[in-house]
Amino acid sequence: MIPNTFEYTAPLTLKVALALIGEGGKPLAGGMSLIPMMKLRMAAPEHLVDIGRIAELNYIREAGGELHIGANATHYDVESSPLIVGKCPLLAETAGHIGDIQVRNRGTLGGSVAHADPSADYPAALQALEAKIVLTSATSQRTVAVGDFFIDTFTTSLEPGELVTEVIVPVEAGLTGTSYQKFLQPASGFAIVGVAARIRREAGKITVARIGVTGVSGNSYRALKAEAALVGKAGSDAEIDAAAALVGEGVEAGADLHASAEYRLHLAANYAERAIRVALSRTA
Amino acid sequence: MLTGTATYVDDIKMPNMLYAAMVRSPHAAANIRSVDISKAAAHPGVMAVYTGVDIKDVGAIVCGVELPGMRKPHHTVIATDRVYLVGHIVAVVVAKDRYVAADAADLVEVDYDVLDAVGGPEQALAEGAPAVHPQWADNIAFKFEQKGGDTDAAFASADVICKQRMISQRMVANPMETRGCVASWHAADRALTIYTSTQIPHLARTILAGMLGLDENRLRLIAPEVGGGFGCKLNVYPEEAIVSFAAMKLGVPVKWIETRRENFLSTIQGRGHVDYWEIAAKRDGTIVGVKVKIIQDLGAYFQLLTPAIPTLSVLMMPGLYNARNIHAEIVGVFTNCVPTDAVRGAGRPEATYGIERMVDVLAAELKMDPAEIRFKNFVAADQFPFATATGLNYDSGDYANTFTKALDTIGYKKLREEQATARKQGRLVGIGISTYGEICAMGPSPAVAAGGWESATVKVEPSGKVTILTGISPHGQGEETTFAQIAGDELGVPIDDVLVLHGDTSIVQYGIGTFGSRGTAVGGTAVYLALQDIKEKVIRWGSMLLDSNDVRFEGGMCIDNASGKSVSIQTIAAAAYRAMKIPTHSEPGLVATRFWEPGNFTYPFGAHIIHSEIDPKTGQVEIKRYVMVDDIGNILNPMIVDGQLHGGASWGLGQALWEHAIYDDAGQLVTGEFMDYAMARARMMPWIESSHTCTPSPVNPLGVKGVGEAGTIGSTPAMVNSVVDALAPLGVTHVDMPLTPEKLWRIISASQPEAN
Repeated sequence: MIPNTFEYTAPLTLKVALALIGEGGKPLAGGMSLIPMMKLRMAAPEHLVDIGRIAELNYIREAGGELHIGANATHYDVESSPLIVGKCPLLAETAGHIGDIQVRNRGTLGGSVAHADPSADYPAALQALEAKIVLTSATSQRTVAVGDFFIDTFTTSLEPGELVTEVIVPVEAGLTGTSYQKFLQPASGFAIVGVAARIRREAGKITVARIGVTGVSGNSYRALKAEAALVGKAGSDAEIDAAAALVGEGVEAGADLHASAEYRLHLAANYAERAIRVALSRTA
Repeated sequence: MLTGTATYVDDIKMPNMLYAAMVRSPHAAANIRSVDISKAAAHPGVMAVYTGVDIKDVGAIVCGVELPGMRKPHHTVIATDRVYLVGHIVAVVVAKDRYVAADAADLVEVDYDVLDAVGGPEQALAEGAPAVHPQWADNIAFKFEQKGGDTDAAFASADVICKQRMISQRMVANPMETRGCVASWHAADRALTIYTSTQIPHLARTILAGMLGLDENRLRLIAPEVGGGFGCKLNVYPEEAIVSFAAMKLGVPVKWIETRRENFLSTIQGRGHVDYWEIAAKRDGTIVGVKVKIIQDLGAYFQLLTPAIPTLSVLMMPGLYNARNIHAEIVGVFTNCVPTDAVRGAGRPEATYGIERMVDVLAAELKMDPAEIRFKNFVAADQFPFATATGLNYDSGDYANTFTKALDTIGYKKLREEQATARKQGRLVGIGISTYGEICAMGPSPAVAAGGWESATVKVEPSGKVTILTGISPHGQGEETTFAQIAGDELGVPIDDVLVLHGDTSIVQYGIGTFGSRGTAVGGTAVYLALQDIKEKVIRWGSMLLDSNDVRFEGGMCIDNASGKSVSIQTIAAAAYRAMKIPTHSEPGLVATRFWEPGNFTYPFGAHIIHSEIDPKTGQVEIKRYVMVDDIGNILNPMIVDGQLHGGASWGLGQALWEHAIYDDAGQLVTGEFMDYAMARARMMPWIESSHTCTPSPVNPLGVKGVGEAGTIGSTPAMVNSVVDALAPLGVTHVDMPLTPEKLWRIISASQPEAN
C-alpha cells in the first residue's frame, strides 16, 4: 500500500498539462482507480500530471442540442447538475450508482471513461446515449464515438499524449424514457451487471431503442439485437422479455469470484428487462 | 475519533524515528534457498536490513494454550529456512521513511523453492496432502474429545436422528485501524517503550519482555487509542518483536504501520470450521443428544489462543437446550494459511450457528414449528443455576420469556400466515429464528490462559476529582464512559469529574485486557469494588470531620444522621490529603485498588428473528424485518449496549450473506482486499428493531453479563435459518454461508426450471 517513487506536477492550464502528458506524464484525475493500483504497486507511473486543478476542464454546458461535460466534472457534479438531471437524466442516474459518496465526490467522468474499467457504470449509459468523447493532445483534437472509444478491458482509443477532455451527450427529446439498472458487487460497489435503456415511444410504438451494457464482458457494448427487437413494438411484457433475453446473445461473458459467466448473462437479461420496463414507464 | 484529535499509533512521531517495512513471502509454502539483502542494504536511506539469522535470539511467537498431545510449531518472528504462509516475514528493512523502506523491501532477493501448499482444512486431511510442517505428515495438530452424559444410549433411544455438515467460513476481523507499533530504546535505563495497537497491554508486555530478553519492568507498553480489535489484537505478533529488536539495535525509535493488504494476509482470522453435526430427538421434539465433529483450520502456526477457540465451540454446543448427552470431537489441522484465533465471538458463533441450524433441521424433519421445538427444549427459568452437559454452569436466565417477547414483537403467528399466503403465490419468504446463548465475562482464572481476573484503582484526588485506572483496555467499547457512570453513581460526583485511564503499563497496575465480553462485567466489577473501599474510607473521614459515629454517605455527601450536618466528598478528599488529623484505623490519601476474581462466566442470551424474501430471479436476499431481543443482564448505558449489539449484528449478517476469506489450493488469499472482500457496509444493513429483557447476573454485584459479542452470535443463525426457511418449499434443508445471490439462484433454478 506504499506506491513507488514518482514525480508529481499539478499544472493550472490544459496547455501545460498536455505538454507534460505529451512527454509521457500519466494524467491523474480523481485518483479513485489509479491511486489504489499504485499503492498495490500494480501501476508505477514515473510522472503523475494532476489535472484536478485545471479550471478549464470543469464545466457542464448546453450547446447545439447537446450537453458538453468537462472531464473534471465529478460523479457528484454529474449526479446533481440541474442541467444533466433535466436534460440527460440517464447520465445523472448512472452517476448516482457509482461507488459511495466519497468516491462520487472525488472521482471524475473523464477519469472513469479513460480508465475503461469493464465493470464501471458510465459506459452503459454512454453507450445507450451514443455519447462522444473529445480527445485532446498538445497538437490535435478529435471527437470519437463512444463505440469506437472503448476497445477492451482498460483499453481505449486514446493515443499517447492524448487526454479525455470532454464528454458529449445528447439533450433528450420529449417522449424518451431512460433507466439504469445495476446489480452491484457488494465489496467494490462496481457493476456485476449494469444495463442502461433509452427508449423513445411515439404514438404507442417504440421508435428508438438504445441499450448499453456494462459488467458482462471485458468491454461495454450496445445490445443491438435487443434494440432491434423493441423497435416498432408497443412494449408489452412479452415484448420486453423477448428483447431482454437477447441482451447477452453472442457476448462472451466474463467470470470471476463474484459471478460466473452463466450468472452474468442471466442477470444481464434480468436487468435489461428491468431497465426497459422502467425506461418505458418514463416515456410518457 | 470524529474530530481527528485522538492519538493512534500512526499519529506518534519521534525525533530521528525510522520506519520498518516487512519483506513477506508471496508463496504459501517454500523452502528458502537464500536471502540476498545486498541491494536493499545499499539503497539510499536504508539504515538496516535484518533476516531470520540476525534476529535468531528473539524468542518465538507465544501460544498460551496447552492441549493434551498437541503439536506446537516453533514459529520464529522471521523465517529462516522455510515459509509456511503467504505473508510470512523473511526480512525487515529499516529506513529513513516509509517510502524508502517499501522500495528497499522490493530489492530484497529471496530464492524460493516453491512447495505444494494446503489451502483448507479438509484439503489438509485428504489422502496425499502435502505436509504443512514436514515433521507432521498428517497435518493434525491435535485431537480433542469431550463427552457429557451417555450419547450412545441417547442416540440408540432416539426416534429421529438428523445429520448435517456445515461450514463456518474464515472471516477477516478488519478493524478500522490496522496493527502498528513504535518502539523506542532508552539505552541509559536499559528500557524499552513500545506503543502498539493492542487489546492486552499488560499481557503483551509480559510476552514481549520474554521474547526480547528484557526485564518486564523495563518494558513500558502503551496502547494509545486503538481503532478496533475484534479479537485480532488479542495477540502478540512477530512485527512487535521485530520493531523492538530494530529499535534496540539501532538506538533510535522505529515505527511500523500495517497496510490493509498486510492486515488481510498477516493478522489472525476467525472461524474456519467444517463441522459435522448430529442431533437425536424423540418424536415429540425432545432433544436427547447432540454430537459434533469439528475440523478446525488452525492455519500454519499458533498465535496466542489459536488451539483454544474450537474448545469454546464445544462448551457452547448445547445452546439454550436441555441436551444432557453430548459428544464432541475436534480435529485441529494445519493449513498454509494465516492462523485463526479469537475473532468476535471466538468459537461461540460457530457452535451457536450449528445448534440453531440443527434445531431447525430437526423441526423440519419432524414437521414441527421451529418456535415450538425451541420452547419444548429450553432450560426452564426455575432450573438456574443450570449445569450443562459440557461442564458450564449457566448463571441465570428466562429463555422462554425473552423468546416470547421476540415472537410477539414480530407478530410471529400472523407472519407465518402471511408466509403461507406468499408461498401459494410462489414467493420465497422466510422466517428465521435464532435463540442464542453465550459465554461472557471471561472469566474465572482457571478457565482463561494467563488469568481471568481484573484490576482497578480508584483515586480521589485532593480536589475531589476521580481517576480510575483499569486493567482492561477499551478500544471502542466505551468503558471510559461506563466506568465514569459507575463512579458517578457510587460517589455522587459529576461524570465529568471522572477520568478513566488505561492501556499504559507504567501507569496502570497489572491487568488482563479487553476481550471475551469481559470489560464491564469483570473490569467494571473491580472498579465497583474499589469504589466500595473508597466509600468506606470516606465515611471514616466524614465521621471524624462531622464528629459523629452515625453518618451515611449519599449523593456525594457524608451526612450526620442526628444533626443533618454534612460534608462533601470534595472536602473530605482535601482533608484526607492535608491530613491535619487522621481518623482512627485510617491513613492519609483516598486511593483503593482491587483485583477481582469472578466466580463464574456470565451467560447472556437472546432471540433474533429475521423475516426475509429472496428474489427468485436473481437470488438476492432482502431483509424485511429484523427483531432482536437480548438479555444481557443489567444495562448501564443503553446507547453503548445497542451500539455493541447492532455492530455485532452487522458482523453476523456479514458472515451469513457476504464475507469470506477464500484461500485457493495454492494457499493464496483470493479475497485479500476490500475490492473483493465484502464486509458489511452501512447501506447493506437493515433496520434493527432492538429491545431487551433483563435477568441480572448473580455472578457480579453489577448484575451485568456482557454485550460485545452477543449480536454477532445471535444474528448469523437467524439469517441463515430465514433463507433456508424461504427455500424450504423447494426441498432445501441447508445452505452453506455466505448466502451469495448466485448460490441461491442456482438452488432456485435447479428446483424450479420453469421460473427461469
